[in-house]
Amino acid sequence: MSSLAQPMKWEKYFWPLCAALLFLTMWHFSVRWTATKVFPSPFDAGRGMAELVTKGLLVRYVADSLRRVAAGYVTALLLGVPAGLLLGWYPAAAFVVNPTIQMLRPISPIAWIPLSIIWFGVGNPAAIYLIFLASFFPIVVASMNAVRNVPSVYRRAGRNFGLSPAKLIAKVVFPASLPQIIVGLRIALGIAWLVVVAAEMIAIDSGLGYLVIDSRNSGKRYDLVVAAMILIGLTGLALDTIFRRVEKLKSVRWGFRYES
Amino acid sequence: MEQTMAAVDGRSAVRAGELKTERTLKLRAEGISMIFTRDGNEVRVLENINLDVGEGEFVCLLGPSGCGKSTFLNIVAGFIAPTQGCVRIGGEAVHGPDPRRIFVFQERGVFPWLTVEGNIAFGLSKLPKAERARRIAHYIKLVGLLGFEKAYPQELSGGMKQRLEVARALAVNPDMLFLDEPFGALDSITRLIMRGELLRIWEAECKTIIFVTHDIEEAVQLADRVVVMSARPARIQRIVHIDIEHPRDISSRAYLELRDGIFEQIGLAHRV
Repeated sequence: MSSLAQPMKWEKYFWPLCAALLFLTMWHFSVRWTATKVFPSPFDAGRGMAELVTKGLLVRYVADSLRRVAAGYVTALLLGVPAGLLLGWYPAAAFVVNPTIQMLRPISPIAWIPLSIIWFGVGNPAAIYLIFLASFFPIVVASMNAVRNVPSVYRRAGRNFGLSPAKLIAKVVFPASLPQIIVGLRIALGIAWLVVVAAEMIAIDSGLGYLVIDSRNSGKRYDLVVAAMILIGLTGLALDTIFRRVEKLKSVRWGFRYES
Repeated sequence: MEQTMAAVDGRSAVRAGELKTERTLKLRAEGISMIFTRDGNEVRVLENINLDVGEGEFVCLLGPSGCGKSTFLNIVAGFIAPTQGCVRIGGEAVHGPDPRRIFVFQERGVFPWLTVEGNIAFGLSKLPKAERARRIAHYIKLVGLLGFEKAYPQELSGGMKQRLEVARALAVNPDMLFLDEPFGALDSITRLIMRGELLRIWEAECKTIIFVTHDIEEAVQLADRVVVMSARPARIQRIVHIDIEHPRDISSRAYLELRDGIFEQIGLAHRV
């Protein structure tokens, strides 16, 4: 391979695959050489994965987790983006509200678990609420900053063409801040995916987080624990890939530093 | 040197801001002063600027970088309110930007999230569909962007983006254009071509143009009148009438005399 800047088509998949294989090989041999009885090898994890498929749990648990993330995340998106736009647009409102947001934001969603169980009981709503909380603040803050960073030239140009404030937000401020908002949405989705696993370990009895904790508690099935971890990683990767696709849409790509 | 100064004096108006009689008054800026407060310090940017601009006139504001000429243009366009003074256009006081007067910001003002077509259509949402399509097609052709209708600004060169912004401005059929160093970021060849294009458009569409530049050659090539401004706080030093027909021969005696007169005025030596 001459340089990473211009990979050939086959290289795009070949080299990352090599790295993954190397990782699996190292994993396999460290399990072998240490002769551990507890920690599963990649083959054990693979057999665990196959067991989940035959029991019909794999698809069901992944789907359960994704549904919870979708519910919490989409709610956060629908409330957070408009809230961020408004706070970015009205600096006075941001001045008043921002300190409170900045104080709530660093509280880990995990710390909200007891309260969410009091409010929503053990079950789906509690988990969805945690995911909502986890993604809402990053979305609000990213949208607010995105609006603040819109170059004044665009706003002036928009006003020059006689746009009302509402139209100016819809036709200039929103599209101008969209690339940065998408960055915030992508980060928030990553966090939501982290949090759903934690929420399912405590408040719920299905999903990938539940699979991790349940496999350990009922019979110390570490092959299933690791299989669940791999599923969590792969699903997270898939979600992020979708967002990378969105970033390449032509109407937002100008805001990213892609050469292609 | 005496002679060149005399030549300039002969052509330039005696009183700052005075308009030649054959044009009807379009814009009158009266006693414009601007003071910015930065970190508790007052910065005087403009001092008592009086300027009349006639209908269909091409006026260049010429001055050193940072002298406040852009601030003046922003005040005239209604983006900033002056500390003192008043701008009237067509008899009405200016209180804010208006689609009848479009400001062209170098090429930075094109919207990167819209295609070439989308940018030109930006100010046309109130028009019927057929008329909108006709205008888009007309101005794409006028500024030479045929074949780039669906392209996004990031796929265009600097000069093309500049022409796109001019097209977007012209498409709403404004009666005035404010251009703030529009060709400053372009290479010198593209800049020359763009000047020609702008003059062609100006003659074809009969707009009143106020053009800010720090380039003496550019001002003398383009303008009916060149308003020479001093360093900050900016005042009008002199107004030079350029009585040369377009297309201007930039090696002609009249051109060189006017140009050199402005060089003198600004206090620049002829040798580098």
